[in-house]
Amino acid sequence: MLLSSLIFLPLLFVVLVAIAPSWLAKPITLVSTIMHFLFSLMLFKHFDPNTAALQLVEKSPWLKELGVSYFIGVDGISFWLIILTTFLTPVVVAASWSTINKQVKAFHISVLVLEAAMIGSFVAFDTILFYVFFELSLIPMYFIVGIWGGENRIYATMKFFIYTMVGSLLMLAGIIYLIFQCDVQLGELSASVLDFYRLDLTFVGGTFMSPQNILFFVFCLAFAIKVPMFPFHTWLPDAHVQAPTGGSMILAGVMLKMGTYGFLRFVLPMFPEAVAVWTPLFMGLGVVGIIYGALVAMVQVDMKKLVAYSSVSHMGYVILGLFTMNLYGLQGSLFQMLAHGISTGALFMLVGVIYERTHSRKIADYGGLAKALPIYAICFLIVTFSSIAVPMTNGFVGEFLILFGTWQAAPVYAGFAVLGVILGAAYMLWMVKKVFFGEDGEVIKKYPSMPDMNLRELLTMAPLIVLIFWMGLFPGVFLKYSNKSMENLVQNKEEYRIKLQSFRTTELPEIGDRREF
Amino acid sequence: MFYALLFAPLIGFFINGVRFRSKNAQVAGAIACTAMAVSFVSAVGFFFKLKGLPVDERALQFLLFDWIKVGDFSAPMAFTIDPLSMVMTLIITGVGFLIHLFSVGYMSHDERPAKYFSYLNLFVFNMLLLVLGSNLLVMFVGWEGVGLCSYLLIGFWFTDPAKAAAGMKAFITNRIGDAGFLLGIFTLFGLTSTVSFAEVNSYFLNNPNMLSTAWGAPVTLACLFLFIGAMGKSAQIPLYVWLPDAMAGPTPVSALIHAATMVTAGVYMIIRLNPVFLAAPNAMMVIAFIGALTALMAASIGLVQNDIKKVLAYSTVSQLGYMFLAVGVGAFGAALAHLMTHAFFKALMFLGSGSVIHAMHEEQDMRKMGGLRKLMPVTHFTFLMGWLAIIGAPGFSGFFSKDEILWMSFHSPRGSIVLWVIGAVAALLTAFYMTRLMAMTFWGRSRVPENVHPHESPLSMTIPLMVLAFLSVFAGFLCIPHGISTILPGHPHNFLDEWIHPLMASFEMPHGPNDLAIEFTLMGLTLLGILASVLLARYLYITKPEAADSAAKKYSAAHKLLLNKYWVDEAYFKGLINPIIRISRTLWVRVDVKIIDKCTYAVSDMVKNAGGGLKMVQSGNLQVYGLYILIGLVFSVWFLL
Amino acid sequence: MQSSLSIEITHYLFVSGAMFVLGLAGVLLRKNIIVILMSVELMLNAVNLAFVTFGYYLQDVNGAIITLFVIAIAAAEAAVGLALVVMIYKNYKETNIRFFEHLKG
Repeated sequence: MLLSSLIFLPLLFVVLVAIAPSWLAKPITLVSTIMHFLFSLMLFKHFDPNTAALQLVEKSPWLKELGVSYFIGVDGISFWLIILTTFLTPVVVAASWSTINKQVKAFHISVLVLEAAMIGSFVAFDTILFYVFFELSLIPMYFIVGIWGGENRIYATMKFFIYTMVGSLLMLAGIIYLIFQCDVQLGELSASVLDFYRLDLTFVGGTFMSPQNILFFVFCLAFAIKVPMFPFHTWLPDAHVQAPTGGSMILAGVMLKMGTYGFLRFVLPMFPEAVAVWTPLFMGLGVVGIIYGALVAMVQVDMKKLVAYSSVSHMGYVILGLFTMNLYGLQGSLFQMLAHGISTGALFMLVGVIYERTHSRKIADYGGLAKALPIYAICFLIVTFSSIAVPMTNGFVGEFLILFGTWQAAPVYAGFAVLGVILGAAYMLWMVKKVFFGEDGEVIKKYPSMPDMNLRELLTMAPLIVLIFWMGLFPGVFLKYSNKSMENLVQNKEEYRIKLQSFRTTELPEIGDRREF
Repeated sequence: MFYALLFAPLIGFFINGVRFRSKNAQVAGAIACTAMAVSFVSAVGFFFKLKGLPVDERALQFLLFDWIKVGDFSAPMAFTIDPLSMVMTLIITGVGFLIHLFSVGYMSHDERPAKYFSYLNLFVFNMLLLVLGSNLLVMFVGWEGVGLCSYLLIGFWFTDPAKAAAGMKAFITNRIGDAGFLLGIFTLFGLTSTVSFAEVNSYFLNNPNMLSTAWGAPVTLACLFLFIGAMGKSAQIPLYVWLPDAMAGPTPVSALIHAATMVTAGVYMIIRLNPVFLAAPNAMMVIAFIGALTALMAASIGLVQNDIKKVLAYSTVSQLGYMFLAVGVGAFGAALAHLMTHAFFKALMFLGSGSVIHAMHEEQDMRKMGGLRKLMPVTHFTFLMGWLAIIGAPGFSGFFSKDEILWMSFHSPRGSIVLWVIGAVAALLTAFYMTRLMAMTFWGRSRVPENVHPHESPLSMTIPLMVLAFLSVFAGFLCIPHGISTILPGHPHNFLDEWIHPLMASFEMPHGPNDLAIEFTLMGLTLLGILASVLLARYLYITKPEAADSAAKKYSAAHKLLLNKYWVDEAYFKGLINPIIRISRTLWVRVDVKIIDKCTYAVSDMVKNAGGGLKMVQSGNLQVYGLYILIGLVFSVWFLL
Repeated sequence: MQSSLSIEITHYLFVSGAMFVLGLAGVLLRKNIIVILMSVELMLNAVNLAFVTFGYYLQDVNGAIITLFVIAIAAAEAAVGLALVVMIYKNYKETNIRFFEHLKG
């Protein structure tokens, strides 16, 4: 019941927010999301990191005739992503405190629904259920960008929505094919991921049109757009630039991870042969993404766009790490997902903080900010260092492990990916130099008595900065939880299975182990 | 005690970091200096502890926690105090303490001294991580950390865009090296399946068959990658360009980071991994030649610079080149000796120049100085000691270490006469430009502007100068080369060499009957050359200052070339940075907007046009809809009947 | 004689059909809302005629009952419809339905 309550508690809060007067919407949402986060920490008590099995399973039939069930659980791959979601949501609410002034209730309802959908898609082990949550997450985001966004918000939100929708519709077709394939091979219709893992999908080397190959690309397209992988990334800069601060934070912090999570949960285990064949392509695209994102970020004039392109670059690392298919790369990728969620979330928040004061995101308008806003500058520098992967911050561990894994798998790609380390420093420091150093820029002349970060902003920022260092100094704490699951994935590339483990508190755990749904 | 050694600077950083708004240089300086003193005292304590241990057991291990551990890869946050890291620790904390002390006076008029001292302490902490780390990853933490602090301190006066840009340049150039360092770690792990120094070194010591003269051999690649890291950090060709710009930082920073400690990290790393490098003769050759060429090139640029700090900066690059020349020919002991003596005399000279700049009200142009000897006697005297040390006057510290390097570059089986010639010429150039610096700054007639009244610096600034001057003079006696010791009374030992001996892979130097004779002949030649260039510089810049100008006119092409630093910066901009930016802009405007977005629009337009045809049906006219109903009705009736 | 002149069921149905088609044509082709409403009435009356005819011939009273219902509903419909027309005319000064093509795609 723990996971179900994690999904549906935010929906309960939605009701609360809806009936409360609108001036209470912000505090209610903040308090309830913080409580929700604390509640999600219960996972630590119930989650056993020493097994790759699926835990805290809940399963009940939903559409029996189609083999669709309400089937949720958590394993090492999804564990931290759930915590990341519940952690970032209150931060987002706090960060949007003063930026959202119209339709306050609707905004917070959107955020809560989004949270439920994101958690749902991380815990769903039924593909149709996953699809529902995956798509459900689009809708609140569509409104968040479309209503509270910048001038060009309608264009951006349409682009975002249609781009991601197109990809996932193809995936739906793939899922339906697989459901029927279950009937053929396993004797009954089933939409469970675990059954999909057992399917034997024909793969013919040399021909493109073999079922496994097509399914591989269908799934990849859906997730590649979400990640976003080069060359499907163009929706991201537009969406980020137009989205309100909170929207950008959720988008970069969690929603992009739904794409890489999809790769990890579906693509890699389900299509082993196709993955093996197409690894060079995807590693290549990962490397291109790293370098391309960094190069394009270097010439941006808009701070948010720069951060958005840096996301493209960072997510390129994640893709690269996933397709190394060794423990270092996979663990590094997962860590990079978390690290990127924290540091990019923080970067977007900081850009939002200054935008609120000056109403300008143009880098050229700034200069000398470090003198005017020293505390803000310190925060920004710390987050920048995390973003460019200085050791002892969270960015380094992920990037190092990914590069390390890549070097073991295919040194050439690592040789090129390492350029991202240099270019990353170049674009971020270039922005820091332009914005914070040098002579006073136009905005300072325009707003000579800008206030430094206030207490609310500092309190919002503090957990992010703490995590930046905590993750950088003690990555073992984080890697521990995903270790077994990743080992399982690496060791059983061809015959990937996840066992089920019922609640640890029940008396008959062996039944859960034996039973296969 | 180890925690005190390592974490005292970090605590100092936190205390000063929290009160970064404080304007009181005395308090901030006191905090920072206390932290450094604690660190230094514990370092000395460790030195005696280490000395008390039997030679083979001189390695103290400290494990803080498991840092990164994935699969077979394990990089604990662990530290080792052994003779090599001990030497570095003593230099870092000792010289560091003196420079902190000097900073109290130097930064007394600054607006944000607390911030300055906190950065300085953070730097020392990272530097200690770098030298004490017992595996490559911890070293990399310090490696990047010192780069970071260097970035912050170079750009300390960030309101000046040029200074901020210099910091950025330093960081990014260092990053190029760091990327190489990372690849080096990967390759080394591929060979040995470990990143721990002890294990890597013993792996290479126990597998003599690892030695490979192939260019593509993993060990050669690993060494070259690691050397790229060293190139970035220790400012070697082609990545040296950041160091002269780094002089934008406060002068004590230049002394600490860009002369005494951080820039020597590359040398330290190679000494630390000496068994690995010895297994890759090709990589060693590259290192030796790049070191020698850097020494020569930087010294030649130093000949004509007019900024006192720029001269010292190029001198640092040049001296670092010597150290790489030494490690490249396998003379690790000589490299460490030069590292140590250089740390003393270059820190001394930077602080001396800081004292001068402070007295001259932030004036750095030597053409506006001159005749300061009378006005600043202490600074002049200590600077004089530094000058004697760097040009290699017999008996001074630089003499021993530099002479050993030159001799080894000739004598070592990995050396050659070419390397010796390059090294010797660089030594002559060094003598020339350092004499020129002395002449233009302290000697001759005064060119100080009317409104500036230079005065001797306060005691807090001159005490560090005096201590460093003492060390610059006498530190050489810790590392007397074998050849020289044979003619000295009592045949003193080379203490430094013996101290680090357990960590050095055995590398047999050939012994010939005429070795001593050749060594002294070469030494004599260099000494004569040095004397000649000192006299020449003295003639050009004191006796007949107009001769220097006419010489510059006569060889104007060469003069211009040197004055503009061979146009390397410009070439990098033209050849590398601008094209990258152009490509990036093209990628953004052409690929992103013109190609990818156009393709997306093409797809969406296709859908739109398909819909456009059907749009006509929706006329909005109820009567037409009624007609549709009628037609439908007729059809369904016709169909049913 | 009488049989040849007698009015058969077909005549009634023919008239009813003709009225219905005329009404339908009016609904589909005329532009004026009031005329369209009148045409709708015409169609309803055509149906009424058919109902009464069948009721008479089959000797079933239901035909007449339904007709009465239809007349009542037609009256109500005319009332509501004309009220709408009056309101529309008041607001837009227009009774031509081509003016109200807001649903055009």
